[in-house]
Amino acid sequence: MRWLLVTGLMYLASVAAQADGDAKRGEMLFASRCAACHSLDANRVGPALAGVVGRRAGTAPDYAYSDAVRAASVSWSEAAIDAWLSNPENLIPGQKMGYSVPDAQDRADVISFLKSQHDRQ
Amino acid sequence: MKIHDPKTLLARRSMMIGAGNLVLSAGAIALLGKNSRVLAQNAPVPADVAILNVAVGLEYEGINAYAIALKSGLLMAPGTRAARKFQDDHKRHNEVLIATIRKLGGEPVTAKTEAEYAKALRVDRLKNQTDVLEFAAGLELGATNAYLGVIPAFKDPELAKVAGRLAADEATHWALLNFDLGRPFAPALNFGA
Repeated sequence: MRWLLVTGLMYLASVAAQADGDAKRGEMLFASRCAACHSLDANRVGPALAGVVGRRAGTAPDYAYSDAVRAASVSWSEAAIDAWLSNPENLIPGQKMGYSVPDAQDRADVISFLKSQHDRQ
Repeated sequence: MKIHDPKTLLARRSMMIGAGNLVLSAGAIALLGKNSRVLAQNAPVPADVAILNVAVGLEYEGINAYAIALKSGLLMAPGTRAARKFQDDHKRHNEVLIATIRKLGGEPVTAKTEAEYAKALRVDRLKNQTDVLEFAAGLELGATNAYLGVIPAFKDPELAKVAGRLAADEATHWALLNFDLGRPFAPALNFGA
């Protein structure tokens, strides 16, 4: 039942994620909203995010993930990241990120920026 | 570049905030307030504890970032006073956050080493006082938005209020650093959008 819900959420998220992302704006959003906890190439309060697009959840080296994220069968496709940023707890119950990005365009921009940083990891 | 004197700020803030300020000796109960659902139910809410622990990690990072800045020799006297004041604020935040987590039956995360923070924050790129102030302003802006961003996620409204109070402190730090950097005033509704 939960998988049905997750799949449905990811489908809805993928529809929302079809908006074109602006990587430049995404970089500014990343700096002002995400960078309190995340860097691209170092684990901080949150895991390093360079190369996150396409990575399996819970696999950034040396980061202390919650049990929920470590056990999740989620691969960080653009749709999955969109669903995560929309509501992390809905996607992976028991995770520890309380922050969300409600606006679909903001999420698309941040994802676009993360994609552009794929080669840094 | 003018560095804002934290003593003046403190005097103003004391007048404005008065008896409403945090009382650390009263710990978590004072922070949460008597209307806290969590304390009333005497049962921890795991999601709230997880968010508080992320906040503890964030505050540890701030404490260590200012420690590194203070040791760097890059700050002049007024900047040093401001860095000490802001670092003390982050320490006070963590005392209260940790007490709250323990009150809720959780286990607070521990700090990493200063060397680990230095590496993760890439402080080797800081070459002068302006670099340090810009770096600190970035951390404070991020922290402000982080606290504002988690407010809707708390199950206990009293904890959401605490996040708002922490965000106010971080925004104050950011505003002073922004002023000292000679940047223009921020537009209305600048944070948390």
